[in-house]
Amino acid sequence: MELKGRKFMGYRRDNGRVGVRNHVVVLPVDDISNAAAEAVANNIKGTLALPHPYGRLQFGADLDLHFRTLIGTGSNPNVAAVVVIGIEPGWTNKVVEGIQATGKPVAGFWIEQNGDHNTICAASKVAREYVQYATELQREECDVSELWVSTKCGESDTTSGCGANPTVGDAFDKLYDAGCTLVFGETSELTGGEHLVAERCATPEVREKFQAMFDRYSAMIDRHKTSDLSESQPTKGNIEGGLTTIEEKALGNIQKIGHRCRVDGVLDKAEMPDKPGLWFMDSSSAAAEMVTLCAASGYVVHFFPTGQGNVIGNPILPVIKICANPRTFRTMSEHIDVDVTGILKREINMQEAGDKLLEMMFRTANGRHTSAEALGHREFVLTRLYESA
Amino acid sequence: MSIDFVVHDAEDSVGVVVVEGIQAGQTLTGWVMHQDQTVTFEVRDPIPIGHKLAIRDLAEGDTVIKYGVDIGKVVKPISKGEHLHVHNVKTKRW
Repeated sequence: MELKGRKFMGYRRDNGRVGVRNHVVVLPVDDISNAAAEAVANNIKGTLALPHPYGRLQFGADLDLHFRTLIGTGSNPNVAAVVVIGIEPGWTNKVVEGIQATGKPVAGFWIEQNGDHNTICAASKVAREYVQYATELQREECDVSELWVSTKCGESDTTSGCGANPTVGDAFDKLYDAGCTLVFGETSELTGGEHLVAERCATPEVREKFQAMFDRYSAMIDRHKTSDLSESQPTKGNIEGGLTTIEEKALGNIQKIGHRCRVDGVLDKAEMPDKPGLWFMDSSSAAAEMVTLCAASGYVVHFFPTGQGNVIGNPILPVIKICANPRTFRTMSEHIDVDVTGILKREINMQEAGDKLLEMMFRTANGRHTSAEALGHREFVLTRLYESA
Repeated sequence: MSIDFVVHDAEDSVGVVVVEGIQAGQTLTGWVMHQDQTVTFEVRDPIPIGHKLAIRDLAEGDTVIKYGVDIGKVVKPISKGEHLHVHNVKTKRW
């Protein structure tokens, strides 16, 4: 498929970025503001609350990551406007100001000295205005190179490495040539194939940064492990699906970055890339955590290959599921957007499978809801680095 | 021709079963993806879809190769055609 010059219909935001969804988000700063955020979302139709369990007494790098994730999520171009609710004004305003940099409508509300009732009332009035603002925005023609596409696989099995992951790899090679901004991650899940990723790094500086991130993550696992991690990484589901060791899982995993693309840079968790190309993001391999970080980094479409059938979605990032396992496709087809079971029957080749995924990417970018969106999967899971103070 | 298992690379020690219901004693057809070759031989265990069979004899301590790369060590001898999984192969990393 020739991608150069291909267009899709997206939402162009004030900062120039292009989104493929148009959410009005009600974003709690902390766990105790979830009830108010959910009450606003219940009052005002067309809004989406993003409850989560954190935001109190965090400090240092863990607190920085918390802010980066919330601000990044609100700043994502799939979001038209944001209502932020926190327990007190200080951290609430910090999140509001972070999102304000994009130029999109954002307002903050806090509960102390107001109570839930007054907070919900004031925030609902603004949320209603934001929904009416967002629903008047029109999609416009955008170039494929303006798409930011992330990938992470889940409940992988051996068919992931033979079929679904190389399908993403073929699509990534084509998107890379078209000038898109791409990302992969899952630091621990490169174990056994990390040398192959290092070889793909575009410069010695990038390679050094990648290696340092990989070594840090490995040292963390060595520090805490009580076994060889079997059933955690690989997961029980991976093993049920036939994956035996982390090395085997990793070699399947890295099929997602294709053959031609180079790793142009590395990102800390929820950090935003500053140029097109393929980025590596240091991240957990747990699906909801990783996809939440991709959304916070600004990615607008996600490729999620699965073998045994991970059902994950994300509230603001459409997650396109790709599957090559005929048993999984037969038993849980409602979760699969792109059926590539033909690869292992030798009915289609990898280029055809990659094109099939890219066609679904354009349909999704133009507005088609993914299976995860239709089924209501909105997993919003913040990564924590350590205990609260 | 329909295939029962795939092998990534001709140098690999394992193939992956890609159809359901494989029983011991069946003659299987495999596709070596990288070299685009076809191979056939007899399987010695029932093997679920997605699970691996050894395509060469492996001794304790041997390295298992898949995608042309090390994926772990053999902890119990495995004969060609047998089920290869967590009961006879372990990671070298963790």
